[in-house]
Amino acid sequence: MEFELNETQSMVQRAARDFATRVIRPQAAEIDRSERFPREILAELAGLGLLAVNVPESLGGAGAGAVAYALAMQEISAVCASTAVAMAVTNMVGEVIATFGTDTQKVEHCPRLADGTHTVGAFALSETGAGSDPGGMVTTARDEGDAWVLDGSKQWITSAAYAGVFVVWARTASQAERPGTRGISCFLVPGGTPGLTVGKAEDKMGIRGSNTAPLAFDACRIPKAALLGDLHGGFKIAMMALDGGRIGISSQAIGIARACLEESLSYAKDRRAFDRPIADYQAIQWKLADMKTELDAANLLALRAAWLKERGLPFSREASMAKVFATEAANRIANHAVQIHGGYGYIREFAAERHLRDARVTTIYEGTSEIQRVVIARSLLSG
Amino acid sequence: MRPPTMDFALSDEQRLIRDTARDFARAEILPKAAELDKTGRWPSEIIEKMSALGFMGMAVPSEHGGAGLDALSYALAMEEISAACASCGVIMSVNNSLFCDPLLKFGTDAQKRDVLAPSARGEMLGCFGLTEPMSGSDAQTMVTSAEKKGDRWILNGAKNWITNGPHADHILVFAVSDRAGPRVKHTAFLVAKGTPGFTQNARDHKLGIHAAHSCTVFFEACEVPETAVVGNVGEGFKVAMATLDGGRIGIASQALGIAKAALETSIAYAKDRKSFGVPISQHQAIQFMLSDMATELDAARLLTWRAATMKDRGVRHSMESAEAKLYASEMCTRVAHKAIQIHGGYGYSTEFPVERHYRDARITEIYEGTSEIQRIVIAASLLRG
Repeated sequence: MEFELNETQSMVQRAARDFATRVIRPQAAEIDRSERFPREILAELAGLGLLAVNVPESLGGAGAGAVAYALAMQEISAVCASTAVAMAVTNMVGEVIATFGTDTQKVEHCPRLADGTHTVGAFALSETGAGSDPGGMVTTARDEGDAWVLDGSKQWITSAAYAGVFVVWARTASQAERPGTRGISCFLVPGGTPGLTVGKAEDKMGIRGSNTAPLAFDACRIPKAALLGDLHGGFKIAMMALDGGRIGISSQAIGIARACLEESLSYAKDRRAFDRPIADYQAIQWKLADMKTELDAANLLALRAAWLKERGLPFSREASMAKVFATEAANRIANHAVQIHGGYGYIREFAAERHLRDARVTTIYEGTSEIQRVVIARSLLSG
Repeated sequence: MRPPTMDFALSDEQRLIRDTARDFARAEILPKAAELDKTGRWPSEIIEKMSALGFMGMAVPSEHGGAGLDALSYALAMEEISAACASCGVIMSVNNSLFCDPLLKFGTDAQKRDVLAPSARGEMLGCFGLTEPMSGSDAQTMVTSAEKKGDRWILNGAKNWITNGPHADHILVFAVSDRAGPRVKHTAFLVAKGTPGFTQNARDHKLGIHAAHSCTVFFEACEVPETAVVGNVGEGFKVAMATLDGGRIGIASQALGIAKAALETSIAYAKDRKSFGVPISQHQAIQFMLSDMATELDAARLLTWRAATMKDRGVRHSMESAEAKLYASEMCTRVAHKAIQIHGGYGYSTEFPVERHYRDARITEIYEGTSEIQRIVIAASLLRG
């Protein structure tokens, strides 16, 4: 048992922290307020290797491992959760292609995701009527001999308006022929492909600098070579990608929560009530102690899942535990942060209210808390 | 030395200790656990067997009679023993964490030879006397006094909730030895059973951990030699605090064990029991409880193992031990509560073990530093930093 980071991990953590503090932090409030997609920041993240942390070096990635990726995500999320989610999805897309892609697909997309040529990657699984249950999706991919033709729509697509490449799931067999998740395949669709339209961006409660939009596929033709992985094998890819994605979102939640704790500590030492800093009161100390304890527990759960992934061991249950615990803890911690800041916690002069809004999405995307609990329970009961 | 790199795996030796403890606990303790709880019988035959396995002085080096294992191995064994019987767990924890550990760290050579070694081997039993009737979390209010007369110390006062007290051969007791300054100073003493002036009353009646006997002990003009002092005169508080940092890992591990037992029993019951035509494990109402129990248990376990690993590395771990103790103990009560809920009426009857787990869980939030004290420790560390 060893909880210390190795040299690569510390290096990635330091690089991410330094960049986050120096470059992103001064812009974070403005990005949120103006709903500005942080395109320039993402380009710089690419330069630091942070858009493909766990993608092999041979494909242009940093090859630093899943733990280093989790650490980098924490650092970026601690200053700007909007930037972090675009980073997370890009990393996930790069890993999915590196894992399931053909040599041609890997060479075409991984280096472009890593170096920012693609700007970012996007992940298109959910639909208006199918979220937690992808077996209910209705988008289709029709085999026309020399091409696949996509028809349908996708919902809640992070970075949709900017992505250079989309991983898209669609039915390749009817519900009657191959019911539920057994008739789903996965495709790579470059941004700007004719027949693919990005809809109007959503107006969201939080992560407002992140672009979230629906996609419409209208007789969108893609080459036969765009199939990622096996025909009808798309569900497996989605699940494996989401297992890893859950480590990313856990880390996002942990980053937000850490920012909440640090800002609360400094506020509590500074702000006085009844002639003493409010940090002297147990009412405040109790919150700080609980925030710290839950933050550490969440961090350990997330790093354990990342470590298992890095070792090539099963980590699905552990990733779900990390996701449900870290994201729900982040919401509690952000709430405490607002409470400790009092009125200042409710206004935009302090970051606490942004953290609270940003934290809220983490229990929803990349598998709701409810889905995580289903995954965990299934694993417990199958034992 | 190999540079550090994150590793969540147990070593082969640690796995072996855990498996040994688990097999022993299942074979020798579990079948008796309900009876021990019901009758409140002191489990002397189990203590003897735990001694033979080296569990009464796990982290004491072999030259001092112990098993020479690390703190993480101790945490693993504590969890397994406590999963079978939380009373046996705390008897073991007190001897290991609160008695052997401070003697190893602060004891003289003679104390190590004459008291630590036989205690680590399990031939003798130790207990720890810090709390008083009106002084628990706040050691500044301690009344028990130690007065120097020539080359003797005279102890006067009372200590309560002394786990192992009715059976212990020695007590490590804390007394105020200097009231001159703005803050009182304490000194730790090693007192043998039978020392004139050292007595005890009948054992306490408790909500849970019925087989782990505790009592109040009294010192009335109890004379001990200078050689009874453990650590330096006036530095007893330091001894107590260093001891409790380790003790908290023990109690956190006890909480892990109780919670693990409650979860495992609940999973088995939920697969077996049917309602509305299906096993209740197929209802999300039950699945979500099980899922939260398992997640919180894992979170607590990682906090505890982190603290134990830091102790093994010789790194200061007060805040991390406090986090582990706080989270694991409160988790344990929540998990035991849900276990009863999953079992319904059967959970409330003594036919199933979960009502015992629920009662046993409750103490973990209180002894070796209440949850409130843990939060003070954590907040103080945060605000200092």
